[in-house]
Amino acid sequence: MSLDISFIGILIGSIMASSVPLILAASGELITERSGVLNLGVEGMMIIGAISGFALMVITDNLFIAIVGSMLSGIIISLIFGFLTQSLLTNHVATGLALTIFGIGLSAMLGKNFVGIPGKEFPILFSSLKESIPFFGPILFGHSIVLYFAFALPFLTNYFLKKTKLGLVVRAVGDSPVSASNQGINVILVRYCCILYGGAMCGLAGAYLSLIYTPQWIENMTAGRGWIALALVVFATWSPIKVLIGALIFGGITILQLHMQAIGFRIPVQFLSALPYLMTIIVLVVISRDSRKIKLNTPTSLGRIFYREK
Amino acid sequence: MYKNFFRYLISAIFLLGFSVNSNADFKVGFVYVGPTGDHGWTFQHHEGRNAVEAAGIKTTFVESVPEGADAERVIRQLAQSGHDLIFTTSFGYMDPTNKVAKDFPNVKFEHATGYKREHSNVSTYSARFYEGRTLLGHIAGKMTKTNTIGYIASFPIPEVIRGINAMTLAAQKVNPNIKTKIVWVFTWYDPGKEAEAAQALIDQGADVIMQHTDSTAPVQTAEKAGVWSFGQASDMQRFAPKSILTSIIDDWAPYYVERAIAARDGTWNQQDTWHGLKEGMVAMGPYNSAMGADLVKEVEQLQKDLASGKVHSFTGPIYDQKGNILVAEGKVADDGMLAGMSVYVKGVEGDIPK
Repeated sequence: MSLDISFIGILIGSIMASSVPLILAASGELITERSGVLNLGVEGMMIIGAISGFALMVITDNLFIAIVGSMLSGIIISLIFGFLTQSLLTNHVATGLALTIFGIGLSAMLGKNFVGIPGKEFPILFSSLKESIPFFGPILFGHSIVLYFAFALPFLTNYFLKKTKLGLVVRAVGDSPVSASNQGINVILVRYCCILYGGAMCGLAGAYLSLIYTPQWIENMTAGRGWIALALVVFATWSPIKVLIGALIFGGITILQLHMQAIGFRIPVQFLSALPYLMTIIVLVVISRDSRKIKLNTPTSLGRIFYREK
Repeated sequence: MYKNFFRYLISAIFLLGFSVNSNADFKVGFVYVGPTGDHGWTFQHHEGRNAVEAAGIKTTFVESVPEGADAERVIRQLAQSGHDLIFTTSFGYMDPTNKVAKDFPNVKFEHATGYKREHSNVSTYSARFYEGRTLLGHIAGKMTKTNTIGYIASFPIPEVIRGINAMTLAAQKVNPNIKTKIVWVFTWYDPGKEAEAAQALIDQGADVIMQHTDSTAPVQTAEKAGVWSFGQASDMQRFAPKSILTSIIDDWAPYYVERAIAARDGTWNQQDTWHGLKEGMVAMGPYNSAMGADLVKEVEQLQKDLASGKVHSFTGPIYDQKGNILVAEGKVADDGMLAGMSVYVKGVEGDIPK
């Protein structure tokens, strides 16, 4: 194995690429949860985004429409969740689970005619710089626009929640919907918006898989990444920056364990396969020890049904 | 009166025989491990099913059936709903198939790539894919510049280990410096993971990639990275036109048609079939012209010799990783040894996961 500096650059580049869907989905879900809504339908929304994006790419031959369409489809499917939980006051957990099952089934049905069609090459930015600069080239350049967006997103989310008035409103709704409502905030409307935003990000995360990462449509291609994104939000104690760290660790160990196998490390392969889950949990628990901060970040009313008494 | 009775009896037997022979209700069921559109393993079984259908026999199929408890439920369901012959097309269906076969002695079962025939109504069949791997190894050994071949393996079963060994032996023959790097992904089908594994092997210096998994993700990754690759189970050329050197193609159609007709006509017998290049159950896709005319000619000759039996994939002397002799000089491995293969040959790196 060559451990030279340019190799490590390539390695970091591929780790970044593999963590994009987790970052997108988890950042979206984070906003939803900060508003007090627990949506377990991440996996379902991602897979719907994946098939919608791919189908639109095949039909329109336009990647921009495909990307926007995948986000729209995420919004539409999360609207079902929003209507059920916010307007009909159904249980968040049960509705979210149903959404995932529904999404996987629906995507398989919609995708029947799109199986086995080769995907289109997604344009990458600054590909010439990638080759010419050692180490930093493969890290900073030669990625798709979605990757750059994904890496900016946790910082934008952090800024939004901490520094903007709207962010404060979202947090207030998540912590104490009753007092927020008394302040004249339309709690249901805020929660609707947060649910739809989460849906859009999950849709984009799915489209990243079917359009950019492995450009093709395959049944159940999200393969549990939605559940990992959900777990990341909790283990990162609802902090956007920690979500980013967690996603990078998870992606990193996943890729590293494949490399360790290829190098021929004499560690049981089954243990290596479990390593990403183990390490991500350990690291996130360690960096989130500060219980005062956890209390500050945790949306107190998470998963609780809110309705205005008339 | 007796005369009439016999006449009726004879015609009744005739009618009965006739109705069995041309039974309009005769149905064949197929159980697939992946979606029919995987353009790999399941796709080829589905092509075989289409051939059975074209021969005028009714068929049904169930796709994406996980190996395990679900498989038994699906197979049982097919047996209960009046299917007369059921093809279970993945190694992991071995125990469920035998279990259901016990409860339905009148239904015939055909299990792919397995070795258990616990009841007289269970047959097994497989293809000598390792003959294709020998050709791949020969090509890979000649084409690699880094002397490193990357191999994405699914599960540590004899079928997969045999492929790794056959490929390595053939590659060593043409290039003694060859190294085989193996990554186990523990799935038949997860495009994201298969792509990541391919990328890891490429980053580790492999410039020829091959896989014993079912999706087209590895060849697409190879195409993007500009390294060589091979199609698995089906001709995958259009997914990676520059990168694919050839494909191992499974052609189940003739076997499926033959067995379905035999079962319908009542001539079906339990058997264990293992066909290869000779019978056409294993075929090769078109050879990439990037190999050069000389190498193509060489490989085509080797293909002929493997088919005729002049060359065997496992010809001694063959040593295991520790240097113990597995097959003596001048001998070839027998089918029993091939079927139970559970050690790497010399030159393969790493351990087989338990």
